[in-house]
Amino acid sequence: MWEYSDKVKDHFKNPRNVGSIENADAIGEAGALSCGDKLKLYLKIENNIIKDAKFQTFGCGSAVAASSILTEMIIGKTIDEAKKITNKQIAQELDGLPPEKMHCSVMGREALEDALKNYTHEETQKEEENSSQTVCHCYDVTKDEIIKAIKENGAKTFDDISKITSAGLACGRCKGAIENIISQYVKKEEKKTPLNPIQKIIKINDVIQNIISPELQKDFGDIELINVDGNNVWVKLKGHCSTCGNAKLTLKNFVETKLKELVDDEIVVFEE
Amino acid sequence: MKKIYLDNNATTKVDEKVLDEMMPYFKEGYANPSSMYDPARESAKAIETAREKVADFLGAKSPGEIIFTSCGTESANTAIKGVIEKHATSENNHIITTQIEHPCVLAPYEFLAKKGYEATYIGVNENGELNIETLLSKISQKTVLVSIMHANNETGAVYPVEELSKEIKKRNKNTKVFVDGVQAAGKIPINLKDTEIDFYSISGHKFHAPKGVGALYVKKGNLFEPLLHGGHQENLLRAGTQNTPYIVGLGKASELAKNYLEYENTEVKRLMKKLENGILSTVKNAKLNSKSQKRVPNTTNIGFEYIEGELILLYLNDLGIYASSGSACTSGSLDPSHVLRAQKTPFTSLHGSIRFSLSRYTTEDEIDYALENIPKVIEKLAKISPFQKELTALFPNN
Repeated sequence: MWEYSDKVKDHFKNPRNVGSIENADAIGEAGALSCGDKLKLYLKIENNIIKDAKFQTFGCGSAVAASSILTEMIIGKTIDEAKKITNKQIAQELDGLPPEKMHCSVMGREALEDALKNYTHEETQKEEENSSQTVCHCYDVTKDEIIKAIKENGAKTFDDISKITSAGLACGRCKGAIENIISQYVKKEEKKTPLNPIQKIIKINDVIQNIISPELQKDFGDIELINVDGNNVWVKLKGHCSTCGNAKLTLKNFVETKLKELVDDEIVVFEE
Repeated sequence: MKKIYLDNNATTKVDEKVLDEMMPYFKEGYANPSSMYDPARESAKAIETAREKVADFLGAKSPGEIIFTSCGTESANTAIKGVIEKHATSENNHIITTQIEHPCVLAPYEFLAKKGYEATYIGVNENGELNIETLLSKISQKTVLVSIMHANNETGAVYPVEELSKEIKKRNKNTKVFVDGVQAAGKIPINLKDTEIDFYSISGHKFHAPKGVGALYVKKGNLFEPLLHGGHQENLLRAGTQNTPYIVGLGKASELAKNYLEYENTEVKRLMKKLENGILSTVKNAKLNSKSQKRVPNTTNIGFEYIEGELILLYLNDLGIYASSGSACTSGSLDPSHVLRAQKTPFTSLHGSIRFSLSRYTTEDEIDYALENIPKVIEKLAKISPFQKELTALFPNN
């Protein structure tokens, strides 16, 4: 049983601003049915001010609570003010969320971002990639801490990282990102003999068909190899998880990490 | 507030009669059963009486075939790792199980696979029934162990382990057969002496004994390496001072469970069916996940489309109705139930799957109350869902 704050309980039992807005000025979405949570956010905007907000959520108690409180937080705010709301602020406003449920606040933030992007036609500013960047939102673990676990504690696998930092122990969405860091920082024990271009294409195809594809199929998705040029690999990600914004990055990371691990360190994956 | 406990596959209420039998062994009957004085002999005798009751409950040939353990997980680990340690060789290193096992079987298999053993996982069809032909076709001279659950904890599907054990031995007489009987014990009859099952595990708290005690049946003549090495207890097969009061409790619970089998398969089954049919006929987005031809009498698993399971449980909790869900959110991971995924439950209802499991304590009033309230909760939650178009198609009158 999760330890939900009274505020979380109040917001999932009596959610505020449920429903849709006819002729909404902006609609934002995050998540997907296959992933187990989806949020649709409707905004009414006048003179750059959010006049009304409504939501519909498919998800657990904390997902509904995060959506509900988000609507309360943004009504009356200017677009610029709304853009600055972080997932941590959403969680704070609910008097905290269990670590396993922090991704619900991330989903709220993503839906808001999506709605504002659809309204202003501008990409919201992405957090610059740096070492203090949060990799695991559930346990608030930064890239720095993961690198430290590799260099100082001898972590070599995703499980090792989880045991040392707790990263990835809750929702698991950061697994791909962590494996990417591992592939960059964990020294390979043996040097692989270089493959000729034909061997490489065959091996990439093999890994995709026999290892990556079955993994994705478990989540109702799939992958198709489109083209290989040197170390550049083009793939098409299919199925429901590929439409889930939250999962998209980790999905591409997962494919790249596996190919790097099993074929060549230099491989870069592109999505069609 | 009412408290309606419909999560008996998670754990059960301890029967008062079980507790009464246990109590003396917390008090004056505390002597170590391995010691050499009269009170110790009393403890040892109580353990042997319990062993006879468990043997009788499972239809073992003799009480000597029963080993007491701390839980179902220990029993499964003892059987799986014990067989591998004793019988596997670099040649004979193939192990088989199913995709729908409990983690106490899947995790040891993954552990062994990492160590280099070849593990095969057999799937199920859309009704959750085992692909028997495939299973039997995978058995070779290299196969050391096959593990199959008797009944599934999430869907209640029952697997024909009695016949399967015979078919497996026809293909390789040296292959050991382990059956996880944790969810079957007390719900459906088993007569182990008429089967070729080598190992069978049970857990006390699933049939009204307390948590912390289980047993492993080992058919006579089967060798395995113990999981716990130490003293000479349990015929050198499970070291550690015997937990007299809990073992006595398991014995009493086994005796009672045997007597209640008929009630389980008539009255409990009737109430389960009433709940299941009631929900399916009144809730338009309800889909049955427990579709196997053979099922235990107390379990039904129903998926509610476009609504997430944890949210349903939280709302039911407020009404005093306690059930469980295979949704990802309740497990704290991104992965919903591996059992429902193995039977290809569509993801429209996968994340909203709720398991209701009854017991001999469940009453008609409780089922009526559940039936009165569950449709209301679902209707309320459907209004929050972003899949209004799909739901309107299912609820045309709203």
